This record gives sequence, structure tokens and C-alpha cells, in this order.
Amino acid sequence: MAESADAFEMRGIVQRFPGVLANDHVDFAGRVGEVHALLGENGAGKSTLMNVLAGLYHPEAGEILIHGQHVVLRSPQDAIANGIGMIHQHFMLVPNQTVAENTVLGLNRPRFFLNLRKIEEQVQALGEQYGLSVNPRAKIWELSVGEQQRVEVLKMLFRGAKVLIMDEPTAVLTPQEVEGLFVTLRDMTKRGHTIVFISHKLDEVVAIADRVTVLRRGKVTAASVSARGVTKAQLANLMVGREVIFKVDKKKAKPGDVVLEVNRLCCDNDRGLPALREVSFQVQAGEILGLAGVAGNGQRELAEVLTGLRCTTSGTMNFNGTLLNRHTHWLELGQQLAHVPEDRAAVGSVQALSVAENLILKRFNRPPISKGWSINSIAVKQNAVKLVKEYNIATPTVETHVGMLSGGNLQKVILAREISGHPKLMVAVHPTRGLDVGATEAVHKLLVEQRDSGTALLLISEDLDELMSLSDRLVVIYEGRIVGEMPAEGADIRRIGLMMAGTKAES
Amino acid sequence: MTNSALIALAATILFDAFVSGTPLLLATVGEIVSERAGVMNLGIEGMMLVGAMGGFAVWFHTGNLFFGLLIGMIFGGLLALLHGCITIALRADQVVSGLAVTFLGTGLSSILGAPYVGKRVPVPLNITVPLLKHVELQQVLLVIFGLVFALLVWYYVNRTRPVLNLRSVGEYPSAADSLGLNIQRIRFTYVVFGGLMSGLGGAVMSLITDPGWVDGKTSGLGWIAIGLVIFANWDPVRGMVVSYFFGLLRRLPLDLQNPALPLISTANNPSVGRFMDMLPYLATIFVLILGSREALRKRLGAPAALGVPYVRGEHS
Amino acid sequence: MNLPGTHYRLRIESRSNLPAWVGAVSAIIGVFLALVVGGFMLRAAGATDPIGTYIEIFKEGFGTPADWAAGLHALFTGTDCPKGMQCFGPFSDTLVKASPIMLTGLACVIAFRMKLWNIGADGQMFLGAWAATAVAVFLLPKTTPRPVMLAAMAVAGILAGMAYGVIPGFLKARLNINEIVTTLMLNYVAYLWVEYFVVVGPWSLGDFESTGRFPTSATWPRLTDYVKQIPVAAGLTAHPGIFLGIAAALLLTWILYRSRWGYEIRVIGNNPKAARYAGIDVARNIILVMGLSGALAGLAGMNEVAAQRELNGRFQQGLGFTGVIVAWLARLNPIAAIFVAILFGALLVGTQLIQPQGISSMLQGVILFVVVGTELLFHYQIKLEKAESTAPSAAEASHD
Repeated sequence: MAESADAFEMRGIVQRFPGVLANDHVDFAGRVGEVHALLGENGAGKSTLMNVLAGLYHPEAGEILIHGQHVVLRSPQDAIANGIGMIHQHFMLVPNQTVAENTVLGLNRPRFFLNLRKIEEQVQALGEQYGLSVNPRAKIWELSVGEQQRVEVLKMLFRGAKVLIMDEPTAVLTPQEVEGLFVTLRDMTKRGHTIVFISHKLDEVVAIADRVTVLRRGKVTAASVSARGVTKAQLANLMVGREVIFKVDKKKAKPGDVVLEVNRLCCDNDRGLPALREVSFQVQAGEILGLAGVAGNGQRELAEVLTGLRCTTSGTMNFNGTLLNRHTHWLELGQQLAHVPEDRAAVGSVQALSVAENLILKRFNRPPISKGWSINSIAVKQNAVKLVKEYNIATPTVETHVGMLSGGNLQKVILAREISGHPKLMVAVHPTRGLDVGATEAVHKLLVEQRDSGTALLLISEDLDELMSLSDRLVVIYEGRIVGEMPAEGADIRRIGLMMAGTKAES
Repeated sequence: MTNSALIALAATILFDAFVSGTPLLLATVGEIVSERAGVMNLGIEGMMLVGAMGGFAVWFHTGNLFFGLLIGMIFGGLLALLHGCITIALRADQVVSGLAVTFLGTGLSSILGAPYVGKRVPVPLNITVPLLKHVELQQVLLVIFGLVFALLVWYYVNRTRPVLNLRSVGEYPSAADSLGLNIQRIRFTYVVFGGLMSGLGGAVMSLITDPGWVDGKTSGLGWIAIGLVIFANWDPVRGMVVSYFFGLLRRLPLDLQNPALPLISTANNPSVGRFMDMLPYLATIFVLILGSREALRKRLGAPAALGVPYVRGEHS
Repeated sequence: MNLPGTHYRLRIESRSNLPAWVGAVSAIIGVFLALVVGGFMLRAAGATDPIGTYIEIFKEGFGTPADWAAGLHALFTGTDCPKGMQCFGPFSDTLVKASPIMLTGLACVIAFRMKLWNIGADGQMFLGAWAATAVAVFLLPKTTPRPVMLAAMAVAGILAGMAYGVIPGFLKARLNINEIVTTLMLNYVAYLWVEYFVVVGPWSLGDFESTGRFPTSATWPRLTDYVKQIPVAAGLTAHPGIFLGIAAALLLTWILYRSRWGYEIRVIGNNPKAARYAGIDVARNIILVMGLSGALAGLAGMNEVAAQRELNGRFQQGLGFTGVIVAWLARLNPIAAIFVAILFGALLVGTQLIQPQGISSMLQGVILFVVVGTELLFHYQIKLEKAESTAPSAAEASHD
């Protein structure tokens, strides 16, 4: 591709958050008609930098040029007026409004009366033009994640965005959907759009990007290098600052008795629609069963059903010889059935209580923590001191509120609490999401140790790499059904991708 | 009693229900809009009280009914503005701030209204309407205004563009923020609108529907409105219908004292009155029970961001 | 560097762990600010001398140092108070007023701890008063020994308040019905219920709108009953009811911070999702806590009729609402609620005689406003900082 002009340029951007220098004099530019990947680990400052370009954050220092002109972006509206649109990782769509309504949200036209019919036609036409077909009258919550992403793109195109920032757009897509997205993106660059592609996945970056900029801890470690001229290993090194170990060190599993047997399990989601449809599987002691699938196919509901947070509509769960149902006393079962929930802060911990108090969340009702009706504060403290030491939790004191801890340390608090109860079964949902490399390795090690000590693990994750390296066996879920099962070793990632997209496994 | 007399009586009762339901309607519909923007204002009772007191005082001194209504409305709006400052700008708890609005409104109206207790009241203009015979012109106009108002608000929240902004800040403020909408300004606008309507509702009470000022004039009507918002499922037209129903319940103890009523007159049994007076309150609980069944079945619910202050970056 | 184009802006940052004294200081500042704001409002409402009004309120609520000195002297010398009732009279009245507020305040503390907005302490208190009256006047014989009678009244008040609290609790737990609205509606039902009995109904003494004086065994003993032993106690109406409040505060403290149930309450109050995740039965706890909250308010009602010695049509509305403010000002801390309740008792006593009426309600509103409004200032740090909108200078650029 011929050298072309810069669509935008950011110079010397500095953005600070309490205790963190998120962007430290970062330079970044995107040419007309290119896909420029912004690569970096979680917390490297990619999203921050792009939020600056989208007008959401106002940098402490630095300047922004659009087509060579200095601009000050005071708000997202300024950014959009300058042709910059951002598609956030969490979609910014109002769930109970329609596609058309979301498309015109925040615009100054039409002035007052809303002729939805006309807007729907415009949205439809625009969608056809870019190959992004979606029903403009559908409510957002009725759409799949992939469709919602299309709505986001349409929303920005409708506003005349020339520069499109996509924050981790592939995280929620199947491998096949990712292919579709890439086709659309290439088509858009041909029409003169500039795409900023934020990711931490090397394969995708090499596949789609024209140029790559790598950020590490808020600083640029590689500025606008051509994606053709670098290897994955080089990029990884630039991103992490050391060689990345892609493999988890683990011995062969020695599966024992069946700990959990799920039989034709059904349940509804929050909207009362079926989320699980006759799901059956087993987990044995001493093995890690990985559950693969695209987000929103029933994984969250499955974890909730297994841990008593959601009622089943039919089917049975047999845990270690006892049936789990709504008569189950979950508080009593808490120690044997561990759960590392998806949302550490909102579900797994009580932010306003101390580390010590969080560490007794599942054992406050039994000795030595409880003494009759009261709670033995000495035992609470002893328990906390012991676990903080054993699990290497970095906290000033055990009285510190867990809201003050970093994500990695909060996850360690939860894991310490769950593992120290010597559970028979552990359900871990996205256990490493949002953690840095060091914390991720620590969590992986803890999970494998758990397995080796004879616990049955059900690992739910959207990260296929993590699933394939940690699990002993894999099952794939699609639209609430188990669509395939295989040993993890030597599993074909393309076949898993097809299953995740709903294609029946042939065998 | 003849048939035609009975029909006339029924028509009068119905008209009275519409009249006494209108203040409730104004407050309820105002609160619906405020809550759809994500701000719950539990201070309706206080805002209605200052509206009623302010409206009455202004009328008392100027003799101008319209001016009284306007000032009553503004009084309510000012209290709502205070609630907005506390909850939107300072992000304080909406429940507690709403209670504070009620305390403040009750106290202020009691202090400032002391000279007006039991004073002369506006003289209504009687007109003759078929079926109803003599009715007050102001009441007729009020009922028409209330109906038109509720329908207009319904149209506004369903068919216009600005309401997309309103709904987005109440449902998913991050989305509104990402598009550069000023969430605080939008919320302020609708909270104050709710306050204006509560104030107007109060002024309407002290000037048109039950003329006169006494301490605690609204006797819990503002709280009933909060229940009705939930039962109306945040829909203005539904809010209108239940408001009229509660107008009927509120009038019932008075209407039933009419000795002309066959069979059900309570004229000879005054102690029943206390139980009749409980009706609106018990009915509020009852409709909430009914509504909860429907909400569970249809999975309806409050605006998702109701009661949650918006802080950029603190939402996932 | 202060080039043109440098501008300042506010940034709000969450503070880390707050030291315990911050809560107390912010409450005191809140009250002080509220008094200032209230002073301006009083001025606007026509009071000529707001500061004088406050001094008056304070004197009426607590008495003056001179009164106290005279009273203490009289107490130790075993003589009469030289100023009649003035020595301890104001503080005695304040304690009388404070005891129901303390109990309704604690009722709100425990409910608010679980984010249950029980605004119905008033109604629960009315029903407690009604039930205690039923026991005292219409069920037990006049000759029942005083301790038995008072205990029976307390149990009746507690049970009635509890039942009245459990109703909205049940509706909340099972049908997810907003407890704010139901508790409020039940307030009005309770007012009318009591009104029916004492004004037109079976308990009414005709035009007196009252049940008539309770038998002595159904009333709190007052300090003035011991005037023979302590001459200075003449005319003082202080009664042991205040100890019920203090005992309840101690009990709640134990429950909240030392018991398993309290741990559950705190977990639910801070994060109901985490509570369900831990296997805690949230619905059951909603009903239990609403029951306890109602019981405390019901006890307040019993306490109040035993102090007033009759149930009449003027039984005071609004003490349950004052409880909301007491709870909030005490930052949901039961021990702090004891002191806040006494402060509010003084406010109510002090404003009783002052015109215009409604001052106490207005001040309560302002205090609540200021306290919730200033919360942000204490939980967040507001920083004024410089924002560079200019390009970094050459020196800085080369430094990188």
C-alpha cells in the first residue's frame, strides 16, 4: 500500500490516574486507509490512549492533530465532529432501545419529532452499503454480540466517522466471526477509513494490521512498525518485556471418581428465556474440565446454577452423591463446592469489608470462626494472617478493605478463601480476566495444584489459549447446548471454533 | 330516587374523582419522567406541600389564581433543584436526599404557611354543564389540562428525539456519555420538571380541588404518587388512569356520606370513615402487590440506572 | 510553567480507608452547617434573631451551666432546687423526648444497615403504642404488679411493631415490592387505626379523644415520684425508658459486630450478590431485620404511652421520621445513635415553645441535606490541579 497522509496524529500524550501513569508521553498516528494495531497487555494504557482520542479523557499534556490541524477534543461530540468514533469493549448501546434509536442517540437531528421509519431506512441502507446487515427495528437485547458490534460500527458510520477505534473487538467473537469482521475492516480501509485495532492477541494483529505500535506500562516500545516486518516472538517480547511462556507446566492428570454429574440440565436466563438446554457432563476428581464457548451462550448461567445462585427448570445435578436443588443448604455446602466467580468485585467479595472478613465469607458459620451465635474475632484474624502469608496476598493489613486491593490480589483473596476450604469441586469462571502476566501465572499454578491434590475443576473461559493449556478435557457450549467434547491435548482449534459457532461436530 | 338523579349522582362522583385525582396525576407523571432519567425523588410530598402553601399565599396576596399556580410550581421546582444538586452533582444517596426534601418541604410550608391557616379561599366560578349541573369552571379546566398534559407527556416519551437522550441516561448512562451527552444536565432538567409538576399539583390542591391551606395539606398524597409510579410501570398514561382511580378512592368517604345514596350511605355511621380513609393507602399496597405479579411475569422493571449516580469510568 | 492555555480543573478521587473520627467530624460539621443554613432560612421566614433563637433552643433543651451548678449543689446538699424545676427540668424533658427517638433511630439503623429503607418506624411505633395500651387498660387487671405490667406492655409493643414491620419485609422478600412505599402507606393506616380507637371508636372517652389515665402500674416511674428522697427531683418527668434505648443500642452493637447474624447483615447490606454467592439466605434476613426494626419501633411506642400515661388523639406523629435522621447522622452506628438521639430530643424540646411551628421539621430537613451532601467531600478528595493543554517543551521532549 502506498504511503498516504496521516488521518490523525497524537503527540506526547500524558494521562495520569490515581497512582498510575497510564500514558507517558505517547506518540501515535494513523494513516488514511490503514489498519493500525495498538498492542499491549492489560493495563498497558491502550484503552486510555484511545479514550483520549475519543474525547472522553483530557490529557495532562500532549496534542492531537487531525489531518495536520491542531484540535482540542473536549468531549466525544468533538471527537465525532472530527470524524473519530470509538467502539468500546463493552458496547455503548442502550439495551431496551432499537437499533435505529441507538443509531441516532445523541445527534441533534432530527430536531424534535422522531420519524423512526425514515431513520430505519437510512440505517438499513447504510448497513447494506458496508455489508453490515442488521434489523434496524430489533431491540439491542435481542441481538447477538456479533450483531451488537455491527450496530456499534453502523452508529459510528452514521455519524460520518472516518477513524474507527475498535477496543478488543474480537474478544467476544468466534474465530469465524472474527474472519467476517476482518473482511469488513479491510473493505472499510479501501473506502478510506482508518482503523485503530486495539488487541493483545498477536495472531490477530499479524493477520489484520498494516502497522503496529506496542505499548508497555504506558510507554511506546515499538512505534509504527510494519506488521510485515516483525515476528510474533518479537512483538511478544516488546509487549511483555520478557519471553512469554505460552505453555502451562503440568503433569498428566490422574482422574478419580466422578465428583459432579450434570444430567439434562435446563435453566432460564434473567429475561426468562432458556439459557441451558439439556446440558449433561461429568467432572472427575483430579481433572480440569474446560468449557469453551462464545460469551453469552449459557456459561454464566451454568456456573450460577452449579453454585446455587440460579434455579434450574429441569434436570439434575449430582454432587458427590447428593442431589443439588433448591432445598440444598448452600451455606453448609460452601466449603466443598468452591466458586471463583466471573465478577470478582461485584460477586466474589464484599468491597466495604476487610480482607479478614472477606476471607471468612464461606466459613463464618462453623467453628473455629463461629462460637455459638457469635464470631470469634481472634480466629478470624488468625485465619486471615495465615492465608495472606500462604497465598502471598499483598495487602497493608488484614483490616484493609478489599476494595483497596488490585485485581490480582483480590483474585488471590478469593482463591485463598475457596481453596483453603479443601473443596471437592471448584468452578472457576474467567479466573485470569484482567490480570497481568505475573498474576495470571500465579492463578494458573494454583489451579493446577488444586487439580493435582484431587479436586475436580470446571474451568469456564473465553480465552481459548488458556483453556487449551490448562484443561485436561474440553467441552464446547453453544446456545445452551453442549455441542462437542474432546481431550484438550492435541485438540484442533479450528474445529473448536466451528463448534463455538454452532456447527455440529462430525464424529 | 329516580334513575336520572342516580345517573347525575354517579356523574358527579366520577367528575369529583377526576378532579381530586388531578393533583396526584401531575405529581405522578412528573416523577415518572424524573425516574426515567434515573433520578428517584422521594420528596414529592415536600414539594407538593411547598407548592400548595406558596400557591395559596401568592393567591391570597394578589388574588391572581394563575400567578398562584405558577409560584407554587416554581417552589416545587426549587426543592427539586436542591435534590438534583445533592444527588446528581454531589452523588449523595437519592433515598436519603428525597426524605430530606420531604422534611424540609414539610417544615418550610408549616413555618411560612402559619399565617394562612384557615383563611378565606378562592371563590369558584360556577358554570352549568349537562348531567353535572353546577360545576366549578376551574375544576373543569383543570381536568382537561390534566388529561392533555398526561397525553402530551406520553407522546413526548414515546415519539420524540430528545426522549432518546432521556431514556439513555436512565437506562445506560455510559452509552449516553460515550456519545457526548451531558448526563448531569439532562438529569437536572427532568428532575426539576418533576419538581415543577409536584409543586403545581400541590398548588392545584390548595387553590382548586380542596381550596385552603392547613398544615400537612397533602396528607401523604406525595407518597402515594411514588407507589403509583411503580404500579404505572413508568408509563404516563397508566399513571393517569391509576391517579383517577385514587382520586375516586380519596373522594369516596365524602361521597358516601351523602344521605341521598341508597344502601351504601355512611351518613349514619361516622366511625366507618376512619376505615374509608385508609382505603387509598391500603389500595396503594394492594396495587403494588398486583403490579409485582405482573412485573415478575412480564419481567418489567424500573429504569436500569434508577438511583445510581453516574461516575465516568466506574461502570463496566 | 504557567503559559497561556494552562488551565485548572477539578478532579474527584476516591479516598482510601477513612479513619473513624472522620465520620464524627463530618456529622458535627453537618449539624453546624445546617444550623447556619437554617438560621438564614429562619431569617427569611421572619425571625428577627436566628442566633437568639438557637440559644433559646439550646437553653430549653439542655439548661444553662448556672442551672446545672445550682442543681448539682442542691442534689448534694439534699435541698430543693432554688429555681423550681429549672435546674434539671430541661435536660429531664430532653431525655423523655430522646428515649422514643433513640429506639426509632435504632430501628432505622438496623434496617438501613441492610439497605432496607424502613420509613415506617412511625407506624410501627403507633401500633406498638396501641398494643401496649390494649394490654395495660383492657386486658390485664389494674392490680397487676408494675414490673409484670410493664413487661407485658413491652412484649405487646414489640410484637405489634414486629408484625407491622414483617409485613413490608415479607412483601419485599417474596414479591420484591418497594419497602419505602409500603412502610409509608402503613404509617397512615396506623395513624387512622389509632385515631379510630381513641377518637370515635371503642376506647374513646367521648369528647376527650383519649383512653383516659392508665393505672399506675402501667406507667413508668418518674424521678418526681422520689421527691421525698431527692428533693431536687421535684417535677422531673425523666423515666427509665431511656435505658431501654441504651440497652437496645448495646444489643445492636453486639449483633452487628460480634454475631454471625450481624456478619450476614453486613455482607447483605454491602453486597447482596456476594451474600447470595456465600449461600446466605437474603430473603429470610430481610424479613428478620424488618421484624427487629419494627420491634424496636414498637418498643418506642410502648415506652411513649407508658411515659404519657394515656393514649390520646395527640399521640405524636413524626418521631419515626426523626429516627431516620438520627440513624443517618449516627452513620448507622448504634452507639452514636444514643448521643444523636439526645441531641434531637433537645432540639424537639427546645423548639416546642418557639413560633413559628415547623422549625424542628425544617431544621431536620436541612441537617439531613447537609449531612448527605457533605458525604462526598469526606469520601472523595477533590483536587484542584493544573492541566497542560500545550505541547511539552523542547527540554521535556528531548528528555524522553
